[in-house]
Amino acid sequence: MIPLSHSLVLGALLFAIGVVGIFLNRKNLIILLMAIELMLLAVNMNFIAFSHHMGDLAGQVFVFFILTVAAAESAIGLAILVALFRNLRSINVDDLGTLKG
Amino acid sequence: MDFTLILFYVFGALLLGSALLVVMVRNPVHAALFLVLAFVTAAGLWLLLYAEFLAITLVLVYVGAVMVLFLFVVMMLDINLDLLREGFWKNAPLAGLVGALMAFEMAALLLRGSRGAAAASVAPPANYSNTKALGSVLYTDYVFPFELAAVVLLVAIIAAIALTLRTRKETKYQDPGTQLAANSANRLKIVKGMTEKSQ
Repeated sequence: MIPLSHSLVLGALLFAIGVVGIFLNRKNLIILLMAIELMLLAVNMNFIAFSHHMGDLAGQVFVFFILTVAAAESAIGLAILVALFRNLRSINVDDLGTLKG
Repeated sequence: MDFTLILFYVFGALLLGSALLVVMVRNPVHAALFLVLAFVTAAGLWLLLYAEFLAITLVLVYVGAVMVLFLFVVMMLDINLDLLREGFWKNAPLAGLVGALMAFEMAALLLRGSRGAAAASVAPPANYSNTKALGSVLYTDYVFPFELAAVVLLVAIIAAIALTLRTRKETKYQDPGTQLAANSANRLKIVKGMTEKSQ
C-alpha cells in the first residue's frame, strides 16, 4: 500500500520543481507554460492521492475539471504566444513592455 | 516492502527526474518531450492509486493533444535560444534556494502525518469499475459543473481561433453577406442590344 504522505510529498516536490522552473526560465514563455503544467500536475496528484485514501470519488471529479481547465488554458496560452510572435518576432518576456507596467 | 511500493518509488523518481529536465534543458523541443515522459509516468502513478479513467484521460488528452500542440508551436516559432537562456545560471542559486525551502517546508509538515488519513486506503473489490463509478457521479451530482466545463472548452476553442485567425489583404475570399443579399436582378441583366432589322 502506498502511504498517503508519500504521495503528498511527491506532489510537493513536483510543485517545487514547477516553481524553480518559473524562476530559472524567466525569459522563455514556452517553458513558463510547461512549468505551470507541472504545477497543475502536482495538484492533481494530491487530489488523486486523497481520493484514493479517503475512498471518495469527488477528488477524481475535481481532477477531471482541472484537466479540462488546464487544457483550455494551455490552448489559449499558446494561441496568445503565436499571436505575440507574429507581431514581435520574439517570445522573450523582456520584450513585452508595451503597457509600461 | 511490496511490489506496488517499489513501483511507486521508481515511477516517482522518474517523474521528478523528467520534471527537473523539463525546466533545465536548453532546447524547448527536448523540454516538451520530457514533459510527455513526465505525464506518462504520472499516468502510471495514478494507475497505482486506482484512478484508471483519469490515467487514460491524462495520456489521451495531455500526451495526445496538449503536448502535440506544444510541440507544434515550439517547432513553428523560430526563436533565438541564446537570448532566452541568458540569466539562467544567474537565477539558479535563488531558484534552488526557494525550491528547496518550499519542498522542505511541505515535506516536513506532510511527513508528520495527519489525523484520520490512514483510515481507508483499501484496494477496491475485483469487479469495481472506476470509469463506471466516476460516470455515475459525474452525470448526476456534478452534471452542472460538467456542462460548465463543456462551455469552458467551447470558449477556449473560439478564443484560440479568434486570437490566431488573420485575413491577408491579398487573399481573395467570398463575402457571404453580399452573396446572401443578392437577388435575381443582380445575377442576370437582360440588355436590349442593337440588332439589324430583319427584312
